[in-house]
Amino acid sequence: MRSEPFFHTIAELAALLDAGKLSSVELTKAVVARTKAVDARVKAFNSYDEDDALAQAAASDARRSTGQVRGLLEGIPVGLKDVISVANQPLTASSRMLANFISPYDATVTQRLKRAGAVLWGRLNLDEFAMGSSTENSAFGPTHNPWDLSRVPGGSSGGSAAALAAGEAVATLGSDTGGSIRQPAALCGVVGLKPSYGLVSRYGLIAFASSLDQIGPLTRTVEDASIMLGVIAGHDPFDSTSCQTEVPDYRAALAEKRGPWRIGIPQEYFGEGLDPEVGAAVEQAIAFYRSRQCVIKEVSLPHTQYCLDTYYIIATAEASSNLARYDGIRYGHRTAEAVDVGELYCKSRAEGFGAEVKRRIILGTYVLSSGYYDAYYLRAQKVRTLIRRDFLNAYQDVDALLTPTSPVPAFTLGEKTNPLAMYLCDIYTIGANLAGLPAISVPCGFTGGGLPIGLQLIGQPFREAELLPIAHCYEQAHDWHTAHPKL
Amino acid sequence: MAASSDLNIDHVAQLARLALTPREKAEFSQQLAEVLHHSEQLGKADVSMIEPTAHAFPIFNIWGGDEPRPGLPVEQALQNAPQQRLNMVVVPRVVE
Repeated sequence: MRSEPFFHTIAELAALLDAGKLSSVELTKAVVARTKAVDARVKAFNSYDEDDALAQAAASDARRSTGQVRGLLEGIPVGLKDVISVANQPLTASSRMLANFISPYDATVTQRLKRAGAVLWGRLNLDEFAMGSSTENSAFGPTHNPWDLSRVPGGSSGGSAAALAAGEAVATLGSDTGGSIRQPAALCGVVGLKPSYGLVSRYGLIAFASSLDQIGPLTRTVEDASIMLGVIAGHDPFDSTSCQTEVPDYRAALAEKRGPWRIGIPQEYFGEGLDPEVGAAVEQAIAFYRSRQCVIKEVSLPHTQYCLDTYYIIATAEASSNLARYDGIRYGHRTAEAVDVGELYCKSRAEGFGAEVKRRIILGTYVLSSGYYDAYYLRAQKVRTLIRRDFLNAYQDVDALLTPTSPVPAFTLGEKTNPLAMYLCDIYTIGANLAGLPAISVPCGFTGGGLPIGLQLIGQPFREAELLPIAHCYEQAHDWHTAHPKL
Repeated sequence: MAASSDLNIDHVAQLARLALTPREKAEFSQQLAEVLHHSEQLGKADVSMIEPTAHAFPIFNIWGGDEPRPGLPVEQALQNAPQQRLNMVVVPRVVE
């Protein structure tokens, strides 16, 4: 058991709350105090509403005292990435464009967290509109990695990962379009799960690339990720891409499914650009599974070399379309200097968006424009078919694929100034988005310099209940996830 | 694949309704040329007879019942409007 309540897991806290050894108000106060003590250095939060959180906690304690516990998250403070709507709270996407926006309604995941009794806590920083891999693209300033404040927490859900690692929340939600949950989870030493595309409703999530975006949890353990997924997963009539699929008891699956499994190692994920310390930690994880009688099989995903380009064409094309809605008319930033409506659009967008968002809108507009659509966008969609087939073929022989989450550990703030170099951070994570697969990052060690390393397991579509036990088995045999940064 | 030098930044910025500064134009042109150059390798993939994937899983048209249900009240729908009057959003004159 960890000493401070804000470093406990959901599972541990639920037991303490149930036993009356802790109240939600006490827990929430501890999280608030921790946030006040460390967030001036970590900068994980865009904003938080202490009074509102304590009122939610008091309401939770009142429910508990009258035997009306709503669910497993009753009284647990959960932080939300600032792209997920919470009614009457700010929703900025870390952009000047939405600096003053207040959500008129709840996202479906927000509704589900409320229904499970969670205390919604704060708005977490990100790369503007979730475009980035370091959280440096935030209009409100970068988040810092709690393990080394001179380094990035990863991104785009950097605030969600850093807040959790620093004890400023018990669990958080992020969104993952090309690795934006898993890569920051790896760089901050926590668990991050991107569910299958269509398992979790996107209603109330600010859209970046709609065919790739998924909301998912960041947690201290795989068990906590299972609990969170069980709360947020399931069909939603408000999201037409949400699947009519059964939501099993993911937490119960952890105890029921103990392997051995057939684990595929895609050879293309262990080549050039992989940091040697990351590679060595992942090799040790492979050795662990082998020691547990798992069948380790080298597999090939032959179109891996095309993942990055396919992703950046499809994601920017969708983003250029999705972000067309920010025109300064109905909501968001409006320029003070326009004489006609055309100028109002162009100047409002120029003033409201940061450099990376503009860059991606330009690229996405270009690849969709007349004369270039077939050469870029349509071709990328066809290559996406090949990439997806690679994965589905591999799953004929294996239960899951094992790779590093990120080729490198946390890098220094300001280190990557070239956009292409930054895009390469996502090289191991984007395949799961293009193919719609569930994937999880689990801590698997530290570098000599004390930076966390993450292991990625990629599962079969909608088989989270098979994937999570594989990650749980590794985690429970190691103690990486019990380490905390000294702040 | 088209040559990456084809990116006419003025034209694309106009399509995207983005007012870029001369410095942004120069910077983005150079950076995106690099990204587009990298993407030229997609031309090596054999995509003959391959159908495009729009979503990871086949999604068919989703129909909703044609039934009235409560929506956002006007005040809430307009609460984020930069300028409003008489329950309407104010914009610069569009038609002379």
